[in-house]
Amino acid sequence: MSPQLLIDISALLASFLFIYGLKRMSSPVTARSGIVVAGVGMLVAVLAAFLYYFGVSEAAKPHLTTNTILAATALGIGVGWAWWSGKKVAMTSMPQMVALYNGMGGGAAAAIGAVELLKTSGHHGALPLVVTIIGSLIGAISLSGSLIAWAKLDGRINGTWRIKGQQLLNGSVFLATLVLGLYIALVAHGHASPAVTGAFFALALIFGVLMTMPIGGADMPVVISLYNAFTGLAVGFEGYVLQNPALMIAGMVVGSAGTLLTLLMAKAMNRSVANVIFSNFGPAGDEVQGEIKGSQKPAEAGDAAINMRYASKVIIAPGYGLAVAQAQHKLFEFVKLLTDAGVEVKFAIHPVAGRMPGHMNVLLAEAGVPYDMIFDMEDVNGEFKEADVAIVIGANDTVNPAARTNKSSPIYGMPILNVDQAKQVYVVKRGQGKGYSGVENELFFADNCNLVYGDAQKVMVAMIQAVKSLDGGGH
Amino acid sequence: MEPTTVITGFVALYIFMLAAFTGYEIIGRVPAILHTPLMSGSNFVHGIVVVGAMYALLNATTVLEQAIGFFGVLLGAGNAAGGYVVTERMLEMFKPSDKKKS
Repeated sequence: MSPQLLIDISALLASFLFIYGLKRMSSPVTARSGIVVAGVGMLVAVLAAFLYYFGVSEAAKPHLTTNTILAATALGIGVGWAWWSGKKVAMTSMPQMVALYNGMGGGAAAAIGAVELLKTSGHHGALPLVVTIIGSLIGAISLSGSLIAWAKLDGRINGTWRIKGQQLLNGSVFLATLVLGLYIALVAHGHASPAVTGAFFALALIFGVLMTMPIGGADMPVVISLYNAFTGLAVGFEGYVLQNPALMIAGMVVGSAGTLLTLLMAKAMNRSVANVIFSNFGPAGDEVQGEIKGSQKPAEAGDAAINMRYASKVIIAPGYGLAVAQAQHKLFEFVKLLTDAGVEVKFAIHPVAGRMPGHMNVLLAEAGVPYDMIFDMEDVNGEFKEADVAIVIGANDTVNPAARTNKSSPIYGMPILNVDQAKQVYVVKRGQGKGYSGVENELFFADNCNLVYGDAQKVMVAMIQAVKSLDGGGH
Repeated sequence: MEPTTVITGFVALYIFMLAAFTGYEIIGRVPAILHTPLMSGSNFVHGIVVVGAMYALLNATTVLEQAIGFFGVLLGAGNAAGGYVVTERMLEMFKPSDKKKS
């Protein structure tokens, strides 16, 4: 069996395992095995890639030993670093970590394009060259853009960076990149000088930075998902250039899946993708704030806990603040006390709770909350009317009724959890601050709402104690 | 080496089209609770780019190509390995409720 045949078979096997693995990942019951299946596919494909050793071009043969050592070293360092960093990253930091790994994939696709474009020998058709350029462009944007997204979510870059005429600047840089790319492909026929090729990549990287810098933290999940789709497309295109069907299939599957996921996320936030990229939430405090009637009424954690203990139905609306306070374990302990006492408890998850869709589910799963207690917004929103108590922990914008009524509010039109319809609402929060979007929350001033001030973890401990002492003393 | 498979423009379009539908169909029916792990999982899948980067590096002829190729394999390997580890960690935590306990 020739090495090339082995490579082809392994690529076919890998493509199958990727699709089958992704399919299994789409249900919580089989998801775990799905990633393992896909992982086996990756292992097979990477090991088989060493068989390229037996078929390199004549020109590359003198460098073969060096190149093989370089490949093994790069593979070792890359896998080693990623394995270590992936094992130790906290669940709350997952979105930026995914952004980082994704950017690396985009960079790898751009690197493939760069090596192809630097080759002075070989015949390049116009089509493969244009595809190489497009793949490189998308990959490079994904690399630098994802790095900015990572830095922003990780708190390394704060605030948004906006200047006058930014759209014009971004547009000109993009146009310049495109012109240079088309020059390399169609005028120089792939034989442009390394300086020109270098300039093309530099501009593409700069554009990725320019495009991401003005986007605010709340919109970052959509951006990460978009770059995920970008990297997929870039990989697919470079796969065509290398005539590698496994790259083409895997890249395009992710490209389309990522695009759909991006649209779903943008829809959940009631924003269009174009809106996210080209305009942003106004700076906090600038918009006209409607007069809010009523006052914020505080409540003791213990009283709230006992009220919930004697309720028949409690719905919990958790937000990112819960995870920041590392209170999800204590929360679940409290929930178990309630369910033991016969209270029906449900978790209601807003599509953008956490830092990206589904992030809150991961954080609750980490605390051991079974997934059949967790409900998506559209499935549970009708039940708030029947709930005796709704408790909001570390969430703000996703429960703000202004999204339904106040047209001047920047979050107007965003679907929200109907916690205000419950008989009694408790909001656990640190202080009287505003949400991520910088909007005051009308819910906190409502008649049926009481605020439990304090660190979420301390509040949960107090609640657990209140219920325990009640049940312990009662018998 | 010259690859044995020759994928012309139209065949490439067919492959891309079918793969795009596949991706769309897989994600379209996914419950929102799995969106984060799935984004991470699809992020892992495009880590296959490392294979292309290895091809580029093994066929490199100049120091510049070697440097870029090395960089590509390094990044691609990080994408694949990192994507796998974090996806596996997240999915491992999804468990149904234990009926016996309640």
